[in-house]
Amino acid sequence: MLKYTLKRLLAGIITVWFIATATFIAMHQVPGDPLMNDKAVPPEIRKNLEKKYGLDKSVPEQYVIFLGNMLKGDFGISFTQQNRKVNDIIRDHFPVSATLGIMAIFIAAVGGVLWGALTALYRNRLPDIIIMFLVILGISVPSFVFAALGQLLLVNINSFFGYSILPVAGWGTFSHMIMPSLVLGLGTMALLTRLMRSSMLEIVNEDYIKTAKAKGLSPTRIFFRHQLRNAILPVITILGPQIAAITTGGFVVELVFAIPGLGRYFVQAVQQLDYTVIMGTTVFYGAFLVFMVIVVDILYGFIDPRVRLK
Amino acid sequence: MNSYSPSEEDFKFVTVLDKGDQLTRPSLSYWQDAWLRLKKNTRAIISLYIIIGLALFTLVGPYLWRTDPALQDLNQISQTPSFPKKAVVVGPYKRWAGIVLNDFPAEPEEYLDFIPAPKNLKVVDAATTQQVRLSWDPVVGAGGYNIYRNQREPESINDLGLPLGSTLGGNEVSYEDRLNLESRQYYYSLVSTDGLDESDAYISIEVTPQLTIELATAKSRGLVDESSNEINVEISLEFHPMGTDYLGRDMLARLMQGARVSLFIGIFAPFLYVLFGIFYGGSAGYFGGKLDAFLMRFADFVVALPFLLFIILFKIGFGIGPGESGVLPMLIALVLLGWPATARLVRGQVLQIREEGYIEAAKLLGAKNHYLITRHIIPNAMGVILVTLTFAVPADIFTEALLSFIGMGVAPPTPSWGSMCNEGVKTMLSHPHELIFPALFISITVLAFNLLGDGLTEALDSRMRSRE
Repeated sequence: MLKYTLKRLLAGIITVWFIATATFIAMHQVPGDPLMNDKAVPPEIRKNLEKKYGLDKSVPEQYVIFLGNMLKGDFGISFTQQNRKVNDIIRDHFPVSATLGIMAIFIAAVGGVLWGALTALYRNRLPDIIIMFLVILGISVPSFVFAALGQLLLVNINSFFGYSILPVAGWGTFSHMIMPSLVLGLGTMALLTRLMRSSMLEIVNEDYIKTAKAKGLSPTRIFFRHQLRNAILPVITILGPQIAAITTGGFVVELVFAIPGLGRYFVQAVQQLDYTVIMGTTVFYGAFLVFMVIVVDILYGFIDPRVRLK
Repeated sequence: MNSYSPSEEDFKFVTVLDKGDQLTRPSLSYWQDAWLRLKKNTRAIISLYIIIGLALFTLVGPYLWRTDPALQDLNQISQTPSFPKKAVVVGPYKRWAGIVLNDFPAEPEEYLDFIPAPKNLKVVDAATTQQVRLSWDPVVGAGGYNIYRNQREPESINDLGLPLGSTLGGNEVSYEDRLNLESRQYYYSLVSTDGLDESDAYISIEVTPQLTIELATAKSRGLVDESSNEINVEISLEFHPMGTDYLGRDMLARLMQGARVSLFIGIFAPFLYVLFGIFYGGSAGYFGGKLDAFLMRFADFVVALPFLLFIILFKIGFGIGPGESGVLPMLIALVLLGWPATARLVRGQVLQIREEGYIEAAKLLGAKNHYLITRHIIPNAMGVILVTLTFAVPADIFTEALLSFIGMGVAPPTPSWGSMCNEGVKTMLSHPHELIFPALFISITVLAFNLLGDGLTEALDSRMRSRE
């Protein structure tokens, strides 16, 4: 167990290094540089600026310095937001994205398991047909359309009741979070519902369900104790990659609902070619995702005793 | 011993008399069998038809619907979808003097407590969108009249609608309305005044102006010949079956061109990286050993890259020059990041197939590597590969739409369904059709490919095959 964890962590660290290198290379392929955004500056000042940000050194030198600073956990200063450290930007805005992501994952997981179990229970009957129709809709409609429709819905609800029940955009209180996280979680929820349904239906035919029936267990007990518990396992496996999908999918929702999350800053930084912010956020996000997947895999070993982690 | 000499007779075909004992079905190849089972799946077949329809829409559509998708017409911004409209060409507006009765007093001779509503409110000349001219009979005791216009039938004196104007004498019994007239039903109402205060009675008339277009305007919009001087002829206006966008561009033409971008990226990118994935995963799985370990470790790294962030990075890394659409950078970015999933899958398949008995048999018969790969391994892995391809298409259409939506996709003015959604969201409240149509096209396409993928998975599943 410990050996497995250490092995995965080591692989994770190498992956993060790979991500950092790939980002660095991609970054230096981009035509232009962040100082071009400013008004034309005299060559002397430009030289000073280049010195300040370390752009005067050769690319391999910059790479070594970047890796060294990264090990110390320092991503440097933003180019466009003067004197603001990239670490500060991440510290200020990542919690917003993370809160949104966690809420969305929570909604998606609970909803997916619930709806999936329900459809399996009412197989080929009306609830199943309705839910599966909604699932197909959830998989086929892009998240930004959901975001726009969600906002439209809020506008209509608020104007119908005459006062603001849920805010249409912005961030701060719990009521701000409800609609964006719902919108963000919808796609994943649809996916999980489908997965849960098929895994529930597969388990019905397993021998241990027959045994449980033969033992004379009550249908409710069989449903919760044997069927549901085993059916959740594949859902947990897919949760790791889905966390990745949701955190990056948050971009759009952050944009539509004007949420000050890290995704919005990343898009902005890319548009302004803010080297340090781009590299900082990418490496941070990459590391976060890599370790989330590891955590989910390790948790899986605890939940399913049949899985031996080596 | 009898010597036997064969004759002609011995080499004739024997006629089979009884066919009743034949128990075998006609032998079906893997693909014939899969096709038969796919045909039974109604949803998948409907999806297939939808996909063919979309392909026709994209490829043939622009030849049938010849409106230029880039043509901006600021006269027709954000028009809602409509049927074809016809308009009558008219000459320039001619001033109308109005009707002033000389034998009727302008000021009321005595102030009455109650002034009745005017009678005989009628339209003079033809009511057109150029002008609507009204006249009515004078009322004794009136010092003027107020004219209102409403888009529905007034229920009471408080519901007369937009106050258009008033006449300032009891003998001025006409009014000309030229205020933003459209070809729709209007209710004009008339109330007498004593010069200052309104009466409590009104009279209403329903008018539906004829859609007209001035000759000069029609010429400038290219609807009639420059040399034409004909008036009072009916011409068809520009037809926008799906309305126009915020720059007055035809939505249908833009959707067709956007489909080219979206479907090109959505189909070509998966095709390329599935091809690469087959090559990569196939060699890893087939040769095995250290090469396999190395190749797969590298694929693991690429999988771990945060997808959307790197798509954006790569895309800007390749750069978009002025005047370029940005389709190619996006294609390259998608291919660079998309291949590992297929590579893994193909590797797994190859590892599995390599152990099969028929490979062993072929090897014993002296088959070479490339024969094994092209003749046995690839055809047997093809089913799984096809399913991956079908599911990769909607995923990439989504990615393209998402990137274009956040402004990181194709560069304007090139339309793609995603960038059209991005533009449509801004006018979502007032003109929802600009968002709904592209969103609908994305959804239907993604849905069709997903359902087809489901159907293919079932049809190609060998477990299902043996069950029958």
